[in-house]
Amino acid sequence: MASIGKITGVNGNLIRVKFESAVSQNEVAYAKLQDGANTIPLKSEVIRIRGDYAELQVFEDTTGLKAGDEVEFTGELLSVELGPGLLTQVFDGLQNPLPKLAEECGFFLQRGKYLKALPRDKKWAFTPVAKAGDVVVAGDTLGTVPEGVFTHRIMVPFKALGKWTVESVVAAGEHVVEDVVAVLKNAAGEKLDVKMVQTWPVKMPIKAFEERLRPSKPLTMQQRIIDTFFPVMQGGTFCTPGPFGAGKTVLQQLMSRYADVDIVILAACGERAGEVVETLREFPELIDPRTGKSLMDRTLIICNTSSMPVAAREASVYTGVTLAEYYRQMGLNVLLLADSTSRWAQALREQSGRLEEIPGEEAFPAYLESVIAAFYERGGVVRLKDGKTGSVTICGSVSPAGGNFEEPVTQATLKVVGAFLGLSRERSDQRRFPAIHPLDSWSKYEGIIDVKKVEDARKILAGGVDVNNMMKVVGEEGTSIEDFILYLKSEYLDAVYLQQDAYHEIDAACSADRQKYVFDKVYTILKTPMTFTEKDAARSFFLKLTQATKDWNRVAFDSQEFKDLESSIFASVKGVTANA
Amino acid sequence: MRNVAYHRIERIAGSVITLRAEGVANQELAQVTSSFGTSLARVIRIDGDMVDLQVFAGARGISTDSEVRFLGEPMKVAYSDSLLGRVFNGAGKPRDNGPEVDGEKIAIGGPSVNPAKRIIPKTMVRTGIPMIDVFNTLVVSQKLPIFSIAGEPYNELLARIALQAEVDVIILGGMGLKHDDYLYLKDYLEKNGAMSRTVMFMHTASDPIVESLLVPDASLAVAEKFATDGKNVLVLLTDMTNFADAMKEIAITMEQIPSNRGYPGDLYSQLAARYEKAVDFEGSGSITILAVTTMPGDDVTHPVPDNTGYITEGQFYLRKGRIEPFGSLSRLKQQVNGKTRSDHRTIMNTMIQLYASYKETLEKQSMGFTMSNWDQKLLKYGVRFEKEMMDLSVNIPLEKALDLGWTILADCFAPEETGIPTKMINEYWPKKG
Repeated sequence: MASIGKITGVNGNLIRVKFESAVSQNEVAYAKLQDGANTIPLKSEVIRIRGDYAELQVFEDTTGLKAGDEVEFTGELLSVELGPGLLTQVFDGLQNPLPKLAEECGFFLQRGKYLKALPRDKKWAFTPVAKAGDVVVAGDTLGTVPEGVFTHRIMVPFKALGKWTVESVVAAGEHVVEDVVAVLKNAAGEKLDVKMVQTWPVKMPIKAFEERLRPSKPLTMQQRIIDTFFPVMQGGTFCTPGPFGAGKTVLQQLMSRYADVDIVILAACGERAGEVVETLREFPELIDPRTGKSLMDRTLIICNTSSMPVAAREASVYTGVTLAEYYRQMGLNVLLLADSTSRWAQALREQSGRLEEIPGEEAFPAYLESVIAAFYERGGVVRLKDGKTGSVTICGSVSPAGGNFEEPVTQATLKVVGAFLGLSRERSDQRRFPAIHPLDSWSKYEGIIDVKKVEDARKILAGGVDVNNMMKVVGEEGTSIEDFILYLKSEYLDAVYLQQDAYHEIDAACSADRQKYVFDKVYTILKTPMTFTEKDAARSFFLKLTQATKDWNRVAFDSQEFKDLESSIFASVKGVTANA
Repeated sequence: MRNVAYHRIERIAGSVITLRAEGVANQELAQVTSSFGTSLARVIRIDGDMVDLQVFAGARGISTDSEVRFLGEPMKVAYSDSLLGRVFNGAGKPRDNGPEVDGEKIAIGGPSVNPAKRIIPKTMVRTGIPMIDVFNTLVVSQKLPIFSIAGEPYNELLARIALQAEVDVIILGGMGLKHDDYLYLKDYLEKNGAMSRTVMFMHTASDPIVESLLVPDASLAVAEKFATDGKNVLVLLTDMTNFADAMKEIAITMEQIPSNRGYPGDLYSQLAARYEKAVDFEGSGSITILAVTTMPGDDVTHPVPDNTGYITEGQFYLRKGRIEPFGSLSRLKQQVNGKTRSDHRTIMNTMIQLYASYKETLEKQSMGFTMSNWDQKLLKYGVRFEKEMMDLSVNIPLEKALDLGWTILADCFAPEETGIPTKMINEYWPKKG
């Protein structure tokens, strides 16, 4: 029996409620706002309980709530609906489908309006997999339906504890998500009706798998600086901190387009609405080269922009990761892009401030680190019970105040991720995109290119920076020709390999094979000893070489043009090679 | 409406008063009457039967037995076409000696626009200022701050943009303005005949601090209404740092835990809630926001400009009376500058690159290096660029500005020195004689 309570205090989006019978932590409740003759239920979540009082964060604006207003507890934790029909949708942080809301409410979001996440009238072609008499546990497949290009598994609800025997499964045919497709029975004789839709609390990881594995497969993004220098793996975690204007969002958009995964979930968390709109309007038009279908078919957007209620922002990253885990259970590889985790951390900070908790650094709550760690730990590769593997890769962008990486959110994130792609203001001012800093960034994962060679290339970059710093003091005249050539080589590597033109149709994406090939060639050039009589000659040689190599990047791989440019590049390098 | 008057105020701190009252709603308005007059106040916290109220006119002069009467509804402003040409204070009361406006009452700080109802921005806002039109085009529905420091002519810039921008309605919101600046803005718009399409919400430095908090909300609520009625609205706000400082003041009074340099932890959300009102409605009007943000100590990492930068779609730097070409950025310009004239992007990139080279030459010159022939050309170019393009008094339409760009380039350089593609040169390079 759900409990009832009365509001005794309102402070921003936090309300204090005196309750009567038992309530549980993180339980969902509805605060009944009296608006004239109407009662508007405002969704809230219990975040602290003290004596007879519970403190709830309200996912909506609290204007108009009064002391004495009724609150109805639901007995359920904050949950999402899981089932076919999630892909291609655009949800807010609480899984309300935004386009549907727009149809009903018009331009503005309306308080207290909640819609079902999955379409109730859509029919799915169900094919049974299990049969009567089978013994199953949570997460086992009972049947499948096709969802776009994917085979969507209808699974035993993750909440079902223990072993169950299949009593019946419906025959192949068309069903809506609310239809019962199977009936299960356990040893105690309890019966369980399985529908295609099930719910799961967002703040708990889905654990219906055999074991967690170590990430072992590279996840290519078709971005040279990432795949070669700071690789990411399927099931890994990484972060992209950077000051404003350093290109975080463009980078995330590129990843959402070119990442080698089955499904991409974008959790736009407390960022600009305009950016989501670009994805929203452009993705349906773009073709996914892997499937030949629209990019939107593999995409799911959680959109809780900066002006939407703060508490729902906190929920949105969990909604995102729960949906990612759900598709992982089908043996798929999912990439979750959360932009930006700093806004999420700020939501925690606002809440903690209202709860009058003792603040940690920069007023962030003391539990910030463990909350961030727990979130990133939901990424990973798992072996499912049927032997297949699935993965959730998490990329969090971080927006540090003043672009200073020393702040708590960046530091807490760096402790738990496997790769750090730090974006730098300096590089973006120089228009060097992607503005990932090649020396400060790191990755603990192994990529597609021989580690030793990459290490060598990084040494050249570091050497070039040293020479450049020295030159600022002693001038070009005071620099030896060897050092000067090292500097030019590092600039060459930067210009032709690290930088990539996101708006060029070919250069925007560089396949793994092409990277292997091009890196090998560029590496050979870097390792070629060269002689020049004068610095000017060296500079003008490298300028031309850079131009030619950039042109080479802009033609299709393995085209005749590609081969021609390659031979002319190497012909010119031969002209300056030292006769050792 | 409950008509109960309360006469016992328990606590007065800053502009916040606390009293015992029943059945009061969050954000509800109340009327506070003291021997110094009547002021509106709004409920900002409820704790049992203790209610905290923020008094718009400040708590000065309020006594423990002053009368408090709750009005049963949240803050609203009147909306009708007769708002045009009028000046109000933050609480929506006329400050131009005109009558109260009758009209539909609309709530301020309303809900967010559904992202699914937004469209990709596609229309440029012409301002007649080459540094904006050519180099960092302002786009309908964009939100842009003008980062500046005290003493810069940012209000003059706002006034010019208000006058010249091709929009239907201008809403000008002033927070913590010097009284002189307020009169300047008003006189300038009146003199140039733009007042008839302008609504002003003005808070000057001498007005109660709480009213400054209401200015952006009132301005944007009215703007939103005009926009849903199909109008293209330009909202100009000055100065958002004063707004943030007012929030800081209230937060400290309310004993909230400060996060960064005394600002409340929700500074980002508060600023975003205002800036995100910028929108292009599918099948209706639009709101474009330009907001002055003064940077204390010219420090862009100060919490206010820093948080603003993460929210807005670019920024203009106003330094030494000019819009800086470096650092200034309109994130949305790519959406429109490909469709204006085929040479727009070329002129934009080339002129800025050459101006950057000019800056390098200036440095060399100051260090006493000899100036080469090329340096001389750059020096000539830089001076002309600053005078004919960057100067804020220049007022020419985009096409004229592009033509002028070609003229300046042709006067200073040979075509091949500019690095412009040959195709463009053939089409646009001015023919001698």
